Amino acid sequence: MIELSHYLVLGALLFSIGVAGIFMNRKNAIVLLMSIELILLSVNINFIGFSHFLGDLAGQVFVFFVLTVAAAEAAIGLAILVVVFRNRSTINVGDLDSMKG
Amino acid sequence: MSFMPDFALAAPEIWVAAMICIVLVADLFVPGKNSATSYYLTLLTLAVAAWLTIDAQWGAEAMTFSDMYIADSLGVVLKVAIYGLAALAFVYSRDSLIRNKLMMGEFFVLGLFAVLGMMVLSSANSLLTIYVGLEMFSLAMYALVAFNRNSGTSAEAALKYFVLGALSSGILLYGMSMVYGGTGSLDLGEIAAVAAADGDNILLLFGLAFLIVGVAFKFGAVPFHMWIPDVYQGAPTPVTLYLGTAPKVASVALFMRLIGDGLGAFADQWQTMLIVLVILSLAVGNIAALVQTNFKRLLAYSTVSHVGFILLGLMAGTEEGYAAGLFYAVTYGITAAGAFAMVMLLQRDGHEIGDISDLRGLFQRHGWSALVLLLLMFSMTGIPGTVGFYAKLLVIQAAVNVGHIWLAALAIVFSVIGGFYYLKVLKVAFFDKPEGELEMVAPGGYRAVLAGNGLAVLLLGLFPQALIAVCMAALA
Repeated sequence: MIELSHYLVLGALLFSIGVAGIFMNRKNAIVLLMSIELILLSVNINFIGFSHFLGDLAGQVFVFFVLTVAAAEAAIGLAILVVVFRNRSTINVGDLDSMKG
Repeated sequence: MSFMPDFALAAPEIWVAAMICIVLVADLFVPGKNSATSYYLTLLTLAVAAWLTIDAQWGAEAMTFSDMYIADSLGVVLKVAIYGLAALAFVYSRDSLIRNKLMMGEFFVLGLFAVLGMMVLSSANSLLTIYVGLEMFSLAMYALVAFNRNSGTSAEAALKYFVLGALSSGILLYGMSMVYGGTGSLDLGEIAAVAAADGDNILLLFGLAFLIVGVAFKFGAVPFHMWIPDVYQGAPTPVTLYLGTAPKVASVALFMRLIGDGLGAFADQWQTMLIVLVILSLAVGNIAALVQTNFKRLLAYSTVSHVGFILLGLMAGTEEGYAAGLFYAVTYGITAAGAFAMVMLLQRDGHEIGDISDLRGLFQRHGWSALVLLLLMFSMTGIPGTVGFYAKLLVIQAAVNVGHIWLAALAIVFSVIGGFYYLKVLKVAFFDKPEGELEMVAPGGYRAVLAGNGLAVLLLGLFPQALIAVCMAALA
């Protein structure tokens, strides 16, 4: 029997992997986008789990909105990456340090 | 609750959304140099939206769209402040955009989208509306920061802003999912009811911590401030001006709706978290600003310290405290707009002002603009006679009234430390030897607006009662 706690643990794990991916990644900026996506999806699992066990549909409607916004966010993120690559010829996160202080 | 929503109540949002489409299309088909049509249409949009907002929503207390949207006086004050600051940003932007060959209609479309997002956020009464408003405003802002496609620093700033902004949205969202799990509702009224009845709800407490982190990210409070300096420095100055003003009011809106309205019953818990944020923001913001040489970066760290003051007011958790935080955010927006406008007013040897030392000899060359700079810097320091003084006074008063005397004392100490770097800017502008070429590139209209901005800081400082009364009335 799958219980609510299983969903929450899975959500928490995915969320942690996503956050760790953002802070530990020093190489490729595409990985940052994947990590962000992972964070949003972990939230979706939480919402659907709660929604199912509370017997309330609002949480699942929320997931539709999160999915849509995630798509828009990925589009803008990739567009910014293209601009970065055109100007710098690299998307290596470690090289993006022209501003200091 | 009837099935048909009351559209008239949300007239300002619908008007702005419709006008965004019109501006987008008009920019394609109406001939004319430098997107003049888009510019004037944008200002018209904001003016009419202000009228619609005040007319339909001031003094009201009504909800529509299945209680997801609320029209009340607080929303009116937040929205009108956002229109005003956004309009100021557009007016200042125009000349700099034309000079740097960045004048495209998309600037105004994205700017209006950000305004619309902030409006939705200001009138949100459900976790869903808060999230949608926040993202609409953030996504437009990411694109605006990358607006100068040929600048490496602009793109780099946009990438940093995007990654950290998306991360903060994710954290906020995770908190929302926990709050939903703990209360079984997305409606802020129902969340508040559950929070009041069940003080030990562990899911709510867990979610609250994430929400506070997300809100602190959006504000730019230490330790979640790392994006602020790079984004302020790297973004095109018109965008920095926009980013540094209206979104601060929107962040206050986010806090008031989500934490103040929704989780007011957990005030004891979030006050402790906010106290940590306040102390760190005041300390790191003011001390890091001492060593900055770049003017925009200095203003960025000064923003961090001002965020500390805004949070100090909100931390009080009383009506007085919320009103003080709101007043602080609005008046800081006016002051900061003038300070960033100063950067676009001047050019040294054909380049925009970068380092503070570029301002040397400003008083000897262009006396009046040095005087405006004086007023703005005095206001940021909090010297009596300027509006910054009253803002700080109200915030500190609110903190003292809830018994946080040592915190208020700490805030005063740090604002004295902050005074040093504002005065350093004035010392360079007034007493350093003028050398090289420091020329005013902005046209007469721009200078008039800037002079008016400086005067507003002074007049609001001498007669602050009206604005304070409005902020109080919004919370009552």
